[in-house]
Amino acid sequence: MNLGGIRKDVSIELVPEAQVGDYVIVHVGHAIGMIDPEEAERTLALFGEMSAAMAAAEPAP
Amino acid sequence: MKYIDEFRDGEVARKIADRLAIEARGDRQYSFMEFCGGHTHAISRYGVRELLPVNVRMIHGPGCPVCVLPIGRVDMAIKLALEHEVIVCTYGDTMRVPASDSLSLTKAKARGGDIRMVYSAADALTVARDNPERQVVFFAIGFETTTPPTALAILRAQREGLKNFSVLCCHVLTPSAITHILESPEVRQYGTVPIDGFIGPAHVSIVIGSGPYEHFAEEYRKPVVIAGFEPLDVMQAILMLVRQVNDGRAHVENEFTRAVDRDGNLAAQQKVSEVFELRPSFEWRGLGEVPYSALKIRPAFAEFDAERRFGLGYRPVADNKACECGAILRGVKQPTDCRIFGTVCTPENPVGSCMVSSEGACAAHYAYGRFKDIPVVTA
Repeated sequence: MNLGGIRKDVSIELVPEAQVGDYVIVHVGHAIGMIDPEEAERTLALFGEMSAAMAAAEPAP
Repeated sequence: MKYIDEFRDGEVARKIADRLAIEARGDRQYSFMEFCGGHTHAISRYGVRELLPVNVRMIHGPGCPVCVLPIGRVDMAIKLALEHEVIVCTYGDTMRVPASDSLSLTKAKARGGDIRMVYSAADALTVARDNPERQVVFFAIGFETTTPPTALAILRAQREGLKNFSVLCCHVLTPSAITHILESPEVRQYGTVPIDGFIGPAHVSIVIGSGPYEHFAEEYRKPVVIAGFEPLDVMQAILMLVRQVNDGRAHVENEFTRAVDRDGNLAAQQKVSEVFELRPSFEWRGLGEVPYSALKIRPAFAEFDAERRFGLGYRPVADNKACECGAILRGVKQPTDCRIFGTVCTPENPVGSCMVSSEGACAAHYAYGRFKDIPVVTA
């Protein structure tokens, strides 16, 4: 596993589906889950929508 | 780092804060408990509290593994090291938890106990393989996140036929602790701890899924929003909770969809149920004895159970009288309500368990918030 440049061996016994290139969530030396890139984008978009909604709500100059 | 930096963007945090300020109704108070120590840490570290409207209050919950570990359990590990002369392996945070006779595992190590800090349960197994002439005990603590790795270690020890490895199991369960809080007199009768909803744990939920919280939402009419550990996740979850309260809804919602689904990690759950079974009762620091709130090793794996192998009994020990950890863990008091906070009790010399781990309410406030409310006095 590469953690922002730090390389560390972790067990993927709990997430056997993990492949090289995937992002996993690591807890005490074990990957316990995977990051779903599409869902991550969706959550970020949700934050983004809020920004857009705020901008739209601001009174025109 | 990807999937971290985007969730710490200060500009976006301000926008969510603006939205919260608009949507939180001025005519009412909102009190939400963040159950998990990871959220407590994030809230303190990133100043999330300062971004919230004044009528939205966060209450720290008991979801910090070392904080809820009672003195009597640490005493058992110390006894193993000093009297049974076994090698005790444990996670770093556990080393400094105050125990009886002014001891901790760190201090017991200074007295000659062979106590070693490990990064994972698998490392404890390595210690056992490397020291076949010694008994090695892994002092296992934590919630549903650390339990699957402990299960894997026991299964592997069995496969390898290791005769010198056992586990002092102190694993505890999140849902039973939440039930206990909701059933507590402070919440139910006196209303001294008003709770309008919960931020559900991030990593625990990866393992157990969002399903187990549905009971709280339905039975107790409390909304639960599962959130990631980054500050934007927490802000967004608070906004989702405010919206549920405003609408009179009490549902389980999931902000952390990038890692949590309804069922959780089934492979991990399977390993846990293979090795562990429910303990009828377990003492938590702060909460007292909580029924069916912890796990013990199944009889089929008895040879890996340190409590059986060494005939250890549990003896409850009262906390230091001056320490308010118990009330803080129940959400009744804040760290600053404690007389010894930041004076006698500091992270360098913790009196109570909440000052030990960076996830503890006291340690988090000491590290990131104490200068806001302690007056500056010139010598």
